[in-house]
Amino acid sequence: MTDLSKTGAALGEPTRTGGTPSAFLDVRDLKVHFPTDDGLVKSVDGLSFQLEKGKTLGIVGESGSGKSVTSLAIMGLHRLGNRGKNVQMSGEIWLDGKELVSASPDEVRRLRGREMAMIFQDPLSAMHPYYTIGNQIVEAYRVHHKVDKKTARRRAVELLDRVGIPEPNKRVDSYPHEFSGGMRQRAMIAMALVNNPELLIADEPTTALDVTVQAQILDLIRDLQKEFGSAVVIITHDLGVVAEIADDILVMYGGRCVERGPVDDIFYEPQHPYTWGLLGSMPRIDREQTDRLIPVKGQPPSLINVPSGCAFNPRCPYADVPKGGITRTERPELREVGSRHFTACHLSSEDRTRIWNEEIAPKL
Amino acid sequence: MISYIIRRTFAAVILLLVVTAVTFGIFFLLPRLAGQSPDQLAAQYIGKNPSPEDIAAVKANLGLDKPVYEQYWEFIKGIVSGATYNLGPTTAKCDVPCFGYSFKQHIEVWPQLVDRLPVTASLAAGAAVLWLVAGVATGVISALRPGSFFDRSAMGVALAGVSLPMFFTGQLALLVFSYQLDIFGRTYVPFTENPSQWANTLILPWCSLALLYSAIYARLTRSGMLETMSEDFIRTARAKGLGERKVVLKHGLRAALTPIVTVFGMDIGLLLGGAVITESVFSLPGIGQYAVQAITDNDLPPILGVTLLAAFFVVFCNLVVDVLYATVDPRVRLS
Amino acid sequence: MSETETRAGTSAVTTEKASEDEKPLLRVEGLVKHFPIKKGLLQRQAGAVKAVDGIDFEVRRGETLGVVGESGCGKSTMGRLITRLLEPTGGRIEFDGTDITHLSTGGMRPLRRDVQMIFQDPYGSLNPRHTIGTIVSAPFRLQGVEPEGGVKKEVQRLLDLVGLSPEHYNRYPHEFSGGQRQRIGIARALALKPRMVVADEPVSALDVSIQAQVVNLMDDLQEELGLTYVIIAHDLSVVRHVSDRVAVMYLGKIVELADRDQLYTAPMHPYTKALMSAVPVPDPRRGAAKSERILLRGDVPSPISPPSGCRFHTRCWKATEICRTTEPPLLELRPGQSVACHHPENFEDQAPQDTVLLTAAKEAAELVSDEVLAESAETSAAVAAEVSKAEAAKETETTENTEDK
Repeated sequence: MTDLSKTGAALGEPTRTGGTPSAFLDVRDLKVHFPTDDGLVKSVDGLSFQLEKGKTLGIVGESGSGKSVTSLAIMGLHRLGNRGKNVQMSGEIWLDGKELVSASPDEVRRLRGREMAMIFQDPLSAMHPYYTIGNQIVEAYRVHHKVDKKTARRRAVELLDRVGIPEPNKRVDSYPHEFSGGMRQRAMIAMALVNNPELLIADEPTTALDVTVQAQILDLIRDLQKEFGSAVVIITHDLGVVAEIADDILVMYGGRCVERGPVDDIFYEPQHPYTWGLLGSMPRIDREQTDRLIPVKGQPPSLINVPSGCAFNPRCPYADVPKGGITRTERPELREVGSRHFTACHLSSEDRTRIWNEEIAPKL
Repeated sequence: MISYIIRRTFAAVILLLVVTAVTFGIFFLLPRLAGQSPDQLAAQYIGKNPSPEDIAAVKANLGLDKPVYEQYWEFIKGIVSGATYNLGPTTAKCDVPCFGYSFKQHIEVWPQLVDRLPVTASLAAGAAVLWLVAGVATGVISALRPGSFFDRSAMGVALAGVSLPMFFTGQLALLVFSYQLDIFGRTYVPFTENPSQWANTLILPWCSLALLYSAIYARLTRSGMLETMSEDFIRTARAKGLGERKVVLKHGLRAALTPIVTVFGMDIGLLLGGAVITESVFSLPGIGQYAVQAITDNDLPPILGVTLLAAFFVVFCNLVVDVLYATVDPRVRLS
Repeated sequence: MSETETRAGTSAVTTEKASEDEKPLLRVEGLVKHFPIKKGLLQRQAGAVKAVDGIDFEVRRGETLGVVGESGCGKSTMGRLITRLLEPTGGRIEFDGTDITHLSTGGMRPLRRDVQMIFQDPYGSLNPRHTIGTIVSAPFRLQGVEPEGGVKKEVQRLLDLVGLSPEHYNRYPHEFSGGQRQRIGIARALALKPRMVVADEPVSALDVSIQAQVVNLMDDLQEELGLTYVIIAHDLSVVRHVSDRVAVMYLGKIVELADRDQLYTAPMHPYTKALMSAVPVPDPRRGAAKSERILLRGDVPSPISPPSGCRFHTRCWKATEICRTTEPPLLELRPGQSVACHHPENFEDQAPQDTVLLTAAKEAAELVSDEVLAESAETSAAVAAEVSKAEAAKETETTENTEDK
């Protein structure tokens, strides 16, 4: 057991449940289903991963892949509000030795904002328009700390200064609409970090921002992680962003993990046809590309009627390579294909190596 | 912020001028356009069977012979600097603000309004407190559990409350609680004389009026809350670890209240100008009743006065709402 | 012998073609669009948002011109001006030799066939109550055109062309995914066989895998129908992939306009350089070399009161006094590469006598990594050496000072 925890961020049996957690954040066979009039929406359907402190995990996927629901599930936020009234959830989420799925809502609430905090995509709509930035940060601090307003305000100014807001003493009394997009995201980060959380979840933190501002924010997140030593989960559709910031990458498709591993493995030796598809779809700024893009054919799956077998089979160009139509009948399990590198694919490792080396890599 | 208030006040003054012009138009210009002669018009200010002398006197006093713009000028001047009416043997002085002079009852309109305003204000204020509390609370609870038993029954009651007319609910309440059970009094007593008696008489009108209004407010609050509670900033508030009560009240309700404040300002303004039906049903000597009396007596000046007063209240309450809005929502101040 | 003849023949054809090609399809001169801001009781004009503030460019026949820039740089306004969805405040727009700057709606009608627009939001730009057939055939009705073989047949051909099934004719927009809706938008734009298509962020609302499908489709259609594209996007990778030439906009101005490969391999405007270095590269080993990144300080200034002189001087690490006072003109410094800068990258300095850095530049320099500064210093120094030895000495001195900071 002690050996295991040393190996790094993503390790252990992918779908094992029960027993003690093997990492700081240990998600095991997480399922989040929402019953609707049209049927059961399986937003997350058996997801497992581990993350150590000081490491960054990038969760990549397209809209509807379940990446955002995963983050809300860890925070316990999907159970609140009207939509959460009848959510069905199973599996385990271990955070620093505490299990969150079976914990009472109030226990999770006490952890929320203190041990785990979240940064959202659009900082304008994510901040209350009627309260000042300072007020909102002070509130976040005072929920978990019994201090007077003055102390909390000092803390807010200190953090605004840390995230690079000029004249924090003055700007602390500004309203969100008086900030620019980049400033707002900085303030949002200050708010998330006010209680020194050990887990920081960033859901598309830079999607609403311009590239030059995005570079500033990514830089800031990286610096802060070094300083605070927290575990960071960054959720994005942009492979460029995860390539820069993540230690490990988890690729989601149709509510499941199709591939997961160290960042270099995912980019230089990807094993799943969907990952190949993502890499081939992406126009590159860093190289001359005279060839056409190689898109993934078809449309993302419906989460109500996930295709049987491998969810990716209707769009996979290699669905017929494994014999006996197994891709349509049997759901592939995550298998270890390299050190800490897992993939859920029926292709044999010879086939995968051959296809990657001969058909995919030369075209990228 | 100050420049915003000045701007809104200025706009309100302009609006008041427009309102006086429209009122003037309805009372003096429209009849003329419809073909009434100044004599016929003057006759209406006197009541039944006017004598030619009376007509001539009223015509001269109101300047009905003069061109329209001069009449309007006199009308405005009367409000701000008073007027004197020559009534043959005597002269009647109409003090500032001159809201008209009833030639029929030989009294000024303004003191009459001042006398009756406390009654109407008591009615409006009490009912407003009731309907705000009941309506907003019901709306919030409904919005937090949409589709629940509470939500469905509350919205059912609300629908009934909106649909049932005051004639029905008011009369029924009077019949049951006052005539049959004799719990509540029927004669209005000013607050300054006997507060408990005052409240005792007003409880039924308050409740009847509140039933009507809280129904509207419950529906308004419910839809506002449903929308706000799905906003991103609510998710942020929860992500901070705030308790659900604080999330709902501090973050949700505050944002959902803005449209309610707007409607509330309108409603209060309108009610202060006379809750005509409620006052009639419960025989409260308020402004509404005064207006009804004037209409039955075919006495034009009091009607004109009440109309102006009502317009003033609506404009004023809207001004207050605008200022409130800016204090609540910092984004309004900029635009 | 025969070989030479063929060559001569081909070159004759090319020159003939070239002379035809020399006349650009779209020519824009000094284009300006100011949106007035009204203030106070009387709603007097208190200022203007200078969304587009004097730009010149051409779009050649059959090419794809990419327009990039950050939000608020005026690229979308520019797109709406050249399609004449907006009325320009000043300047001149010439489409195929015709002045369309101030044409009325009626006057524009015949041109609407030739110029079409594709919008970003595939949800917002399709009327939810109309069937796909009605939507795609709308241009025929508006223009009173009866296509060969009837409207329905033509619409089905168009649906087929953009990769949708002709059976989708009677369906409604909500039955389609984002990528399919964008295809519908493209089919509608192509209905009247336009010559130029202006696409405003055509793929930015789509998922990566779908984005690639639409990019490829637009590529194919260009080849098949000989279309000319103006593609406006904030994603520099997409623009690199689709464009022949690229215009970079900053605060209502074009700061650099160049052939794609030149621009991406050797950008000359410091803003272009910073913009490109900011794009995250999907290559962890390269991305880890953080030294290449130039972090710009702060935000884009307000287009209501843009900075004097060169608009980028408030955030530029090379800005000197002349940048604050004099606006640099857009000059073709290298064949196929125009840039508006006093101190361009990868080129001889345009204002070598002016070397004292502005305070803004000194602050910005702290944020620009040492390697970049050293590299710029190297280039400048090398170029300056060519110009004059004395000046070269002065130049290195100052750049060394910068490095010390």
